[in-house]
Amino acid sequence: MIPPVLIELVEQFGLLSFLAIGGVNALIPEIHRRVVDVYQWMSNAEFAQAFAISQASPGPNMLIVSVIGWKVYGFLGALVATLAICAPSSVLTFAIAHVWDRFRDAPLRAAIQRGLAPVTVGLVLASGYVLARTADETLPAYAITAATAALALITRVHPLWFLITAAALGAFGVA
Amino acid sequence: MTVADPSQAVARAQVGAGDLFFGFLKVGISGFGGVMPFARRMLVEERGWLSEREFTEVLSLSQFLPGPNIINVSIIVGKRFRGPLGALIASVGLMLMPFLIVLAIAALYGRFATLDAVRGGTAAVSSAATGLIIAMGLKMARPLAGSAWPLLIAALGFIALGLLRVPLLWALLVLAPLSVAIAWRTRR
Repeated sequence: MIPPVLIELVEQFGLLSFLAIGGVNALIPEIHRRVVDVYQWMSNAEFAQAFAISQASPGPNMLIVSVIGWKVYGFLGALVATLAICAPSSVLTFAIAHVWDRFRDAPLRAAIQRGLAPVTVGLVLASGYVLARTADETLPAYAITAATAALALITRVHPLWFLITAAALGAFGVA
Repeated sequence: MTVADPSQAVARAQVGAGDLFFGFLKVGISGFGGVMPFARRMLVEERGWLSEREFTEVLSLSQFLPGPNIINVSIIVGKRFRGPLGALIASVGLMLMPFLIVLAIAALYGRFATLDAVRGGTAAVSSAATGLIIAMGLKMARPLAGSAWPLLIAALGFIALGLLRVPLLWALLVLAPLSVAIAWRTRR
């Protein structure tokens, strides 16, 4: 007997896999809506923790899905959620890669790419907004978000340094 | 992409299943919050599996398709050299270590979450990572600034998903065709 919650994980993240244009960072508002508001698998605070844990780990930025699966149903939940977010889009990619090059110079292909770019930008910025509302509860927390965003925009500092600095500030109770 | 291309950087036969696995394994543990720059370095500079132009094409295809972009890259590259099995091996190689590491961190966090320093540190990492995502969105917005409609579409997406919390599927069903249609009408 398969636990119903595993099937729900497959349904939720399997569908999101197809909607993830612009990668998983663009999906944060939708994941938050489903996981916190609709299914109530975790609280706002736990969602922010899952995001932090996924960002503190090396690798692709879709690992928040693994952490959510872990929270919902342990190792098996993590495995199922990760496969569910990866497999459908991967199969699609495999199939499309076959025919894509034939349309290399097709004007429609260029229009699709040019048209999807601004949609992705809107989604990523919405992710930033939803995360700020979810993760930042205090003035220092907002200050860290704002300072990181500004410095990442105008400098070429490796992103990891921002996370390390923030971890130190937070651990010593500054933020 | 399946047609033999004499300009291809490396002959297909030279890239085995083990190369794909360990090449992408290293990419997987190389970066934080996204590993695409490391994928480029491995594929183009270190191993020469793709030329610069081929990488750009693979990247644009994987960005165009849904799903985690870097996984799409591993699928396309694995497929190119070793077919379906290659796609599987490359993507598993990419995900294996990050998956195990993130679960180890989650388990450690669960154990030590009662400590103030751990909770405070994690919350601050979350705040900083949020800043990184905002910066990424703004960087991606820069090239759109040439004309008004892409900024309008981006703003609509932000309002729908961020402020109104409209389900993503509905927002995409409206915004994606609208935006592609405008891009089509304004094509050069």
